[in-house]
Amino acid sequence: MDKIIDLGTYIEKGINALESNLSFLWSAIDDGISWMVESMNDVLLAIPFWIIITVVAALAYYLSAGSKSLTLEGFKKSIGITIFTILGFILIYLMGYWEEAIQTTTLVLVSSVIALLLGIPFGIWAARSNVADAIIRPVLDFMQTMPAFVYLIPAIFFFSVGNSPGVIATVIFSLPPAVRLTSLGIRSVPGEVVEAGYAFGSTESQILYKIQLPLAMPTILAGINQVILLALSMVVIASMVGAKGLGSVVYQGIQQNDVALGFESGLGIVILAIILDRITQSIGTKK
Amino acid sequence: MYMEEETRNIKIKVKDLSLIFGKNSDQALEMLNNGHSKPDILEKTKCTVGVNKANFDVYEGEVFVVMGLSGSGKSTLIRCLNRLHKPTDGQVLINGHDITKENNKELLETRRTEMSMVFQNFGLLPHRSIIENAAFGLEIRGEKKEERLKRAQKALDTVGLQGYEYQFPSELSGGMQQRVGLARALANDPEVLLMDEAFSALDPLIKSDMQDELLAIQEKVHKTIVFITHDLDEAIKIGDRIVIMKDGIIEQIGSAEEIMTNPASEYVEAFVEKVDRKTIITAGSLMFDKPMVVQYEKDGPEVAMRKMRTASVNVLPVVDKNKKFLGFVWLDDLIELNKNKIKKIDDAIRTEVHSIHKDYTVEDMLPLISDKKSPLAVVDEKDGRLQGIVFQTSLIIEATKFDKNQISDLQEQAKEFFKWTK
Repeated sequence: MDKIIDLGTYIEKGINALESNLSFLWSAIDDGISWMVESMNDVLLAIPFWIIITVVAALAYYLSAGSKSLTLEGFKKSIGITIFTILGFILIYLMGYWEEAIQTTTLVLVSSVIALLLGIPFGIWAARSNVADAIIRPVLDFMQTMPAFVYLIPAIFFFSVGNSPGVIATVIFSLPPAVRLTSLGIRSVPGEVVEAGYAFGSTESQILYKIQLPLAMPTILAGINQVILLALSMVVIASMVGAKGLGSVVYQGIQQNDVALGFESGLGIVILAIILDRITQSIGTKK
Repeated sequence: MYMEEETRNIKIKVKDLSLIFGKNSDQALEMLNNGHSKPDILEKTKCTVGVNKANFDVYEGEVFVVMGLSGSGKSTLIRCLNRLHKPTDGQVLINGHDITKENNKELLETRRTEMSMVFQNFGLLPHRSIIENAAFGLEIRGEKKEERLKRAQKALDTVGLQGYEYQFPSELSGGMQQRVGLARALANDPEVLLMDEAFSALDPLIKSDMQDELLAIQEKVHKTIVFITHDLDEAIKIGDRIVIMKDGIIEQIGSAEEIMTNPASEYVEAFVEKVDRKTIITAGSLMFDKPMVVQYEKDGPEVAMRKMRTASVNVLPVVDKNKKFLGFVWLDDLIELNKNKIKKIDDAIRTEVHSIHKDYTVEDMLPLISDKKSPLAVVDEKDGRLQGIVFQTSLIIEATKFDKNQISDLQEQAKEFFKWTK
């Protein structure tokens, strides 16, 4: 069938114009992201693997048990995830994917932090203004329904191959839950509590920081959990544009039709996903 | 009481206050000013009239109750007082300054220092301890931590919550949570307390406790309280004056007794019909004021009997020259004296009668009824001067008839009835 409207061409022209006119901006972003990812990688890889395993296991235990850390009840509740963390990491190490796992974790953390730094303020804005909400909502729908692979194309266009396009594509893909759940959390703060805040003479920022954000925190934390898991799934796809880590091993397995390689790296991703999920979930349900 | 009020300071003055919800509020306001009704305005402009030209004054130190059913605009009205809703038209003067015209900074200052609010569902912060909740208002206006905790503690002591300081709202019952809400409002030491259906979410027993508690606290702190409720019994119990609202319009303002005895509209009448009048109607409204009296040491039996004939009664109160009440004399006793040619009425004065004060309710007076059919003398609390008399027949009619006949009619009937007895 013939094309009657050539929408894609217009988008392409627009992207081209953006690329050539704002090239200093793209290279600055590229440098910034590369620096963050590489320095974090270097630091984490410089630390012996058993220290990282101990610290993460302790963190998992503490976050899961909370104030009951030293009681039998807390021990029963948290021992499972702690043992899983230790054994999972040791397995990854023994399979020889420690470096890749660290690279993946770094990409997930950097992307998630950027997504949260962008997403939470947008969520606050969407919660406090109906106009902003009306604009942001369809944009989020668009971001979530557009197939994830599509983001890779402009990302390469702006940043060529490597970690930066991977991080950018991951940020775009994992941003929506941060916005949505922040907005939802703030909007579901009981109206009377907010009214009480105003009645006692609170300014807008006092309302936000003393009432809305603390009360919305469980929902926002659920959003953070979602962002991290989406980031992990996207980081694997981002290996197609040269992002390093376990994803690139999976990609290699696909290209070489190597079942062993694919299974091992896939298992590594599952282990990481479970650990990240349990840890971030327990932050949300602590109190 | 009501004479005194005229000279009391006006704390809140509401002038022609209207609030219209909706986009075409200008058009709606114009229609309202031209006397169109609420449904008309809704149909033409899609705007809802929340408050319709409200006018009232709240005096310093009184409990002013706004009462109405849901949708009557009472909650909207109270939110206009601290501008949680911005009125479409009219003025709200707090201590003489118009809150509707204040800029943002002035408005915050007014809310922080002059008025606090208590909410129906408490509006507490679940992530903060009780004492931190009570200190919230002080925190907002920037008091130092030590100072605000000290004052919050004092407020918690006032509402009887010592020992709960470091618990969380979810660990407390509804009544206790509302005490926290009250403590939070008191901690700011505002002049005005706005209470929006403050006790409506509580169990009946707890509710009654909280009402008593509020009245006890009010004895100590003497705040100006604007209290919203849909419960007429509550309004009568705690209100010095009551406003009855319907469809955003103020139907009547007055003391509970004024509203009961003289309802301004059919709506108010239907409302007050269900209330137990025995606890509302007082001696002040049942009595004959300026009754004919017998002057002690001046009037003899002859004069006294002539006075009885003029008034068509067979019993009269006796007062001294300072109008102090001494007792009643009865016609048959006077006839007896006359027969024995005694010229002084001393022996005929019956002193074993009840004297009461103006604020006695029918319920208080009923046990005083005796088979002698003696009237009750209403005397001044301070100097014992006679202010009026209440006939037992008026009392009995008032106690048994739960209808809306006006008290003046009752008094006429009582008088007639009295003539026929004896």
